[in-house]
Amino acid sequence: MKFAFFPGCKIPYHMPQYGDGVKTILDRLDVGTIDIEFSCCGYSARSINFTAYMFSAAKNLALAEEQGLDILTPCKCCFGSLKHAIAMLEEKPELKDEINEMLSEDDLEYKGTTQVTHVLKVLHDVVGVDAIREKVTRQFDGVKIAAHYGCHALRPSNVTQFDDPVDPVIFEKLIEVTGASAVAWDKRLECCGSPMKDHNADVSDMIMDKKLKSAGAAGADYICTACTYCQMQFESTELGDNPAPILFSQVLGLSMGLEEKDLGLTLNRNDASSLMDCLQK
Amino acid sequence: MIFTVSLYLSLTIFALGLLYKFWSWVSLKIGPEAEDAPVGLRASAAMGAFITSLFSVNLVAIVKALVLDVLLQINILKKDFLSWLMHMLIFHGFMLLLLMHAMDELVSEKIFDGYYSTLNPYFFLRNVFGAMVIIGVGIAIFRRLKLKPLNQVSGKRDVIAIVILAVIMGSGFLLDSAKIVSQNVFDQMVVDYAGFEDKEESIPLMHYWAKDFGVVFEDFDEFDPEMIEEGKEMHVDFACADCHSKPDSLFISWPLAKVMKPVANSLNKADAPNILYYIHIFACFLGLAYLPCSKFFHIIATPITLIIKRCAAPRPNPVLKANRRALEIDGCTHCGNCSVHCSVRPIFEVLGNSNILPSEKLAATGDYAKNKEKADYDAGMFSEGSFICTECNRCTDVCTAGLNLQDIWLAVKKDLVRNNDQAPFEKLKEKAAGAVTPKDAVLKPGKPGLEKHLMLSSQADTFSRCFECQTCTNVCPAVGLYDNPGEKLGLMPHQIMHSLALGLKDDATGAAMVWDCLTCYMCQEMCPQGVKVTDVLYELKNMANQKIEEPV
Repeated sequence: MKFAFFPGCKIPYHMPQYGDGVKTILDRLDVGTIDIEFSCCGYSARSINFTAYMFSAAKNLALAEEQGLDILTPCKCCFGSLKHAIAMLEEKPELKDEINEMLSEDDLEYKGTTQVTHVLKVLHDVVGVDAIREKVTRQFDGVKIAAHYGCHALRPSNVTQFDDPVDPVIFEKLIEVTGASAVAWDKRLECCGSPMKDHNADVSDMIMDKKLKSAGAAGADYICTACTYCQMQFESTELGDNPAPILFSQVLGLSMGLEEKDLGLTLNRNDASSLMDCLQK
Repeated sequence: MIFTVSLYLSLTIFALGLLYKFWSWVSLKIGPEAEDAPVGLRASAAMGAFITSLFSVNLVAIVKALVLDVLLQINILKKDFLSWLMHMLIFHGFMLLLLMHAMDELVSEKIFDGYYSTLNPYFFLRNVFGAMVIIGVGIAIFRRLKLKPLNQVSGKRDVIAIVILAVIMGSGFLLDSAKIVSQNVFDQMVVDYAGFEDKEESIPLMHYWAKDFGVVFEDFDEFDPEMIEEGKEMHVDFACADCHSKPDSLFISWPLAKVMKPVANSLNKADAPNILYYIHIFACFLGLAYLPCSKFFHIIATPITLIIKRCAAPRPNPVLKANRRALEIDGCTHCGNCSVHCSVRPIFEVLGNSNILPSEKLAATGDYAKNKEKADYDAGMFSEGSFICTECNRCTDVCTAGLNLQDIWLAVKKDLVRNNDQAPFEKLKEKAAGAVTPKDAVLKPGKPGLEKHLMLSSQADTFSRCFECQTCTNVCPAVGLYDNPGEKLGLMPHQIMHSLALGLKDDATGAAMVWDCLTCYMCQEMCPQGVKVTDVLYELKNMANQKIEEPV
């Protein structure tokens, strides 16, 4: 099983530990990742210029299709953005023709065969919880984790087809494979506030604060993300008593026996190496 | 006289240009670190860093940078062989010509005993070095014409650079050949060096030189074997041979001289060698004077950026960061590699704003730093390019000049925010609220748009099923932030849907709700009637842009 790995723009500089961790984990689980020089998923232009957004997204789809691969991304915003583009292209054949005409200048074409998936989907649906359990070599003991789903993966569910939009389970199931317990919390399906970060920081921070408090109130030690933007958002604030953000690659990776060099726990703004102390001795 | 005056004139302009550049490296303000650092502090920090580097382990890194990065250019080799070959040919060919030929009195004559420019191997080597540059220039032209992404970023400065090089090289070769065939040059040499009393005496030498050295004489075109033999002896006796190798080894100048042969007499009469000589030296002097302002300035700036790349501390003194940014604007070779690989390149291809591409944005960064305080300076396009950047670091990764572009982009965004030079999103928001006039338009697309496919907000179908249950508003996290959301957001999501159903698109688009939407899709997911609420809000933002693109 091989996928074209779509890191998204934020990973190389802002969160390399996430990209590296995900690739190492997938490698251990016999899921191959191929690097292609992708462009931006289009998210950065989605609110301001539809044509630019569609062209940028579609170019990536065409690049993966050229290699006969589906796209796997660890970022939920890239995931949502590419999924929306696919839905638009499927819904509007005329738009697809026009996009393909633009792509033809780069000798590319998107026929519609390449699909896009998120790393959690691959772990849950393709690898499977049981296969992961076999690779877990050391379990967590007593650590409580709040699974933060991420809007752009969950919704709109008819486009993203990620999980049940009102009662999703896959993230919790994946967390519990590691021995950690996944807490139930009020705001687990809500937005982290990231999309407003650069435009209305007050709104963005208030939304985030509500989430962090909600996770804290549910007794979570960590709030777990599987999205570059969500993690960056939770890392952008002084935590105080709130639970620290942690990347899912770091939770699963530690339980699979991976080390700091693979997972980069110390690279998180809130040094997450304390998570290592929660492993069973 | 003319030579000396123009040499010193161009050297003076060169030196002034150099000073101006040094000044800009410690005065140009890019990023918050530069705001509070006076020029004196920045200059002393630069000197301090330079001196301490020379007396520390950094010396090893400096030598490494000079050998591996500057002389061998392994950074370019790793990225692209053809680009490396081009650059090596031009750089080394030109440097060797500069040292051996242009500065022969200072270099070659001091190092090589018996150096004479028309003696082999120097005579021949000049052709070799010149050919290297010509081939390099040929590759440069080919790449910039043939490779689409590179072609898109090739501008005036690249053309001027290539033209100057081509004129210097072309005139040099033509001069070589014109001198070979020129009777005037031969006559003058005979007067200067042979000391014949009568012009008749030189006839055997003329025969010999016509045959073996390619001189074209007006008076005769048939060779007399006896004369040639006699001339050959004179060639040695009168010491011509001490300074002149046969030009037949010049694989470019010699064939070129043969081509000139039919018109040699006319060229001679037109004083071609002299004219070509002046074209050649004036092109060189022009290049020298223009160098600090040209793309060739990277010959001086880029070795420094490459050294800094190897020596820079992980957390450098903020003042040095400010200096480095200013220096790096000159360190750019405009090779275009960053723009070829730029993540948001497809967005550039639609919008056509060259400020999106790193190589172009870097030059614009210098302009912005110089002009940002001026009231009438329009930073719109630069701001748009800067904020569309996703900070993916790829340009920094692929930069063969070792520039820390990422650091510059992050610093520039801070400057733009501080100066209130808005990002496109904010501009659209103000436009939607009626505050921006069309002349501030940004996001003018370079390609015909696909926005005609955005039809949700204008189709009755979208809203006909809405029964105003207000679920969208009740689940909206932005609405949920406020006790009195109407005051902060203008219209609630359900009111926006209702306004659109009534055709009040402008009112809807002006609502802060549209622009504070987190795009979490909660409303759309929860709508019992399947109204695409979030997609409609996205659409309104895009349509606000459409209105800016087509000012009334």
